[in-house]
Amino acid sequence: MQIHGKAVCLGEDIDTDMIIAGRYLRTKDRSLWATHAFEDLDPALAGRLEGSVIVAGKNFGCGSSREQAPVALKEAGVLAVIAPTFARIFFRNSINVGLPVIESGCECVEGEDIMVDLDGGEVQTGGRSYPIRPLSPRMREILHAGGLVAYWSDKR
Amino acid sequence: MSTLSERILLGTAGEFVDREVDRAYAHDGTGVLTLEAWHEMGTHTVAHPERVYLLFDHIAPANSSTTAGLQAELRTFARSMGLHFCDVGGGICHQVMGEGSALPGEIIVGADSHTCTLGAFGAFATGVGATDMAAIWVSGKSWFRVPETIAIQLDGHLQNPAEAKDLALTYVGRLGMDGATYRSIEFVGDGVAGLSMDSRQTVSNLAVETGAKTGLFYADEVTKRYLSESGRKTAIQHPEECRYEKEMGIDLDDIVPVVAVPPRVDSVRPAGDLLGLPLDQVFIGTCTNGRYDDLERLAEILKGKKVRVRTVVAPASRDVLLRAAGTGVIADIVQAGCVLLPPGCGPCLGAHMGVIGEGEICLSTANRNFRNRMGVGGEIYLSSVATAATSALAGELAVREG
Repeated sequence: MQIHGKAVCLGEDIDTDMIIAGRYLRTKDRSLWATHAFEDLDPALAGRLEGSVIVAGKNFGCGSSREQAPVALKEAGVLAVIAPTFARIFFRNSINVGLPVIESGCECVEGEDIMVDLDGGEVQTGGRSYPIRPLSPRMREILHAGGLVAYWSDKR
Repeated sequence: MSTLSERILLGTAGEFVDREVDRAYAHDGTGVLTLEAWHEMGTHTVAHPERVYLLFDHIAPANSSTTAGLQAELRTFARSMGLHFCDVGGGICHQVMGEGSALPGEIIVGADSHTCTLGAFGAFATGVGATDMAAIWVSGKSWFRVPETIAIQLDGHLQNPAEAKDLALTYVGRLGMDGATYRSIEFVGDGVAGLSMDSRQTVSNLAVETGAKTGLFYADEVTKRYLSESGRKTAIQHPEECRYEKEMGIDLDDIVPVVAVPPRVDSVRPAGDLLGLPLDQVFIGTCTNGRYDDLERLAEILKGKKVRVRTVVAPASRDVLLRAAGTGVIADIVQAGCVLLPPGCGPCLGAHMGVIGEGEICLSTANRNFRNRMGVGGEIYLSSVATAATSALAGELAVREG
């Protein structure tokens, strides 16, 4: 699986309230979450997410268990999220909704082309290559199926 | 020899295991997406309805017709599938599970990050998202990576006015917001015996703020006594010699009142450094500090006096409210000028009943002080009940005399 996108650079410890604020959770309208993604960080950011690969600092997605956070990013057109470490519930939720999350300490230049090679285990950007910490076999299977619902349906 | 997580999950740190889940719960917030994922999975069955709980606490009672509609759907589902159901007013999911259900040695999974609270009972209790919960509804199982463990060795006794929340914030400050990511924490040592079950739940509750999967106490005589009050029985869990990834010692006698400064839970400073900070609201409650011990302490400080800043109080459960009403604790709190909310999460997540305004500062006994969480443009400082109560009387941040 290869992913090509434009880098969007973010800081460390981005929490789930920052990804999608609690005031937008009481709905089933997924497009609403996409529109308001990162609103409290930068209201203009949601408009730049289509076709992006987010490159963030450590502990991305800390805080609540809200699955609306990875869903918001996916709906907004984020192709993958790269960070040195993720909060564990966010990490698991992302794989479960089919959003690739990649543990890698890659440098980020805003808007630069970025390529993630999940099978080859590397990220390429700015003329450099960075290794990826491999997913567990189960998580890889779930991600390849497109998420846990699809994985579950395939198993039946 | 094994850590408590290894003993409960029947595996070695680093190993991936599939396990039956003893109790699985979701609330009105996470239940909506769980139900959607469950429908998409297409089996239309719940493997073990007797192990599944749905509890309304996040926006309870509903604040709008949209919320009411979403809750109605979940309510109908819970009843039609024969799940355990706790409607509005019952209390916060973690508290209710602790009062009547959780048992040492169980695997408990909740669709809420603060499920780690139930680690206080010696259960492997951890939070997941909606789709993982839906898979548990369908199969009764989940997969786990058996975590490495960080031991926090507690010695001595907490000295007034320090309380369990100060201990909790202190270890979060020392480990940092990702200091225990993918790991579990075990609280061990001679200092544990002096902590009540209410205090232990406060300590376990903040484990996730270090990234931990759970924060465990071994079931001891204190646990046994607490469980016996609701007719539950347990064996004592004895710690074994085992290999911890890291060990950290805390002398409880050294704990002082502290405050977590926004917007980070690990930005912990002595409360004494912030004396006089102007406050617009004080909030006492949540799965961190809404239990009986907390309300009793609040009443003890407020009794016969008046608060000088608006103060919102939410008991963690109906049982807590009833007990506090019976002992006069509620009367003292209300007479002091506090606003009493129904049992539930209250304004912790900024949804209703105590949302703060632009530029306002709230001193809260909750567990998160993230930017805008309780209201856009507002700031949240986190403290113990004693600090919150003393500050409510002063109208600004103040620390109780020892």
